[in-house]
Amino acid sequence: MNLARALSVVVPVLQDALVVHANGFISRESFNLEDRPGNFYMIGSMGLASSIALGVALSKPERRVVVFDGDGNVLMNMGSLALIGARQPRNLVHLVFDNEAYGSTGNQPTISSRVALDAVARASGYADVRRAEDADQLRAAVQDLLARDPSEKNGPSFLLIKIEPDREERKIGRITHEPRQIVSRFMEEIEKGDREGR
Amino acid sequence: MPSLRNSLCKTQPKGTYRSSCRVLAEFLQSPYSDILELGVSPPMISGPDFVQHLSAAGFDFFTGVPCSLVKGVIATLEERGGYIAETREDAAVGLAAGAYMAGKQPVVIMQNSGLGVCLNALSSLSLIYDLPCLLLITWRGYQGKDAPEHIIMGDILPELLSTLKIPYRVLEEPTLEDAIVWAASTLKQTSRPTALVLPPGVAA
Repeated sequence: MNLARALSVVVPVLQDALVVHANGFISRESFNLEDRPGNFYMIGSMGLASSIALGVALSKPERRVVVFDGDGNVLMNMGSLALIGARQPRNLVHLVFDNEAYGSTGNQPTISSRVALDAVARASGYADVRRAEDADQLRAAVQDLLARDPSEKNGPSFLLIKIEPDREERKIGRITHEPRQIVSRFMEEIEKGDREGR
Repeated sequence: MPSLRNSLCKTQPKGTYRSSCRVLAEFLQSPYSDILELGVSPPMISGPDFVQHLSAAGFDFFTGVPCSLVKGVIATLEERGGYIAETREDAAVGLAAGAYMAGKQPVVIMQNSGLGVCLNALSSLSLIYDLPCLLLITWRGYQGKDAPEHIIMGDILPELLSTLKIPYRVLEEPTLEDAIVWAASTLKQTSRPTALVLPPGVAA
């Protein structure tokens, strides 16, 4: 399972979730698969997707907030896992697409082949920590994690998705929206949710 | 000693203790900090008053990494249960970005050492997406008087903020409330992070 395949399993079950994307191919693949107004594409500030998502989740506790993160990003801001564990937002689902490589810069290896990021999440206090190694496990896990209402959960959840790096560079475009456009439609989506009582 | 303070304040028509100390320092050709330390404590703003001014200006989401210069402010926020202790200053900028998009008016508290940590978060997130927050930055290494690790950042702090095109004001006790109101309106108008720089001796 590569990133595109994993996303094709996850995206159809997102419903109205707000999704904060890590930079690089995670943003680009998701944008090319299905561009949703509830998607925030972080094009720079590597490592901070989970921090941004936590800021949204704590401010809108009724709203489902998902992070599409990568192993390189998580390793760069591991303190964010600790803070998420400490604050216990029930509405936050942290998905980590782990290809054990810096996929956007030429697949240089990360250290996630030797560091179990799911164990780090568990030690940090995530209430529900899982791992998916293939598409079937992934489908079952995300359906379960995203279907339940945040109020029925004990705290934040974490899903480590082991994927293969793409051997050949993917010929897919960059995000075509301006950063300010990404913000305004993401904020409109949040406000729309407020109006509809989500 | 209060009489010395009073006389210092009278040296200028609308004089404050600090501005008078500056005038006196120039006149005596002595360092300003030495004059400040003549044994007179300038008035300092308390943590609860500081937080009250921030709340009155509309700020309602507080995060950051502490500095001893704002321990009263953080203690007040912690008591009220409205402070999120971040692990790094750049993560706090990310947290504030998310909170802003979800309708909050965030404040990120940090020492100026933390501004160094934040350069990429500010330049590749806040400043390109127009995600404003109030940066409350303490000024260690102020006037070159501090531990060695603070001297360089203390020296370049105003220049660094100018280089980043982040509007800022240096806080003084008598004009603190005005400066907070200015920051709240500036970050609304510009949609950029706006900084208030806090030298030693202003907040308790």
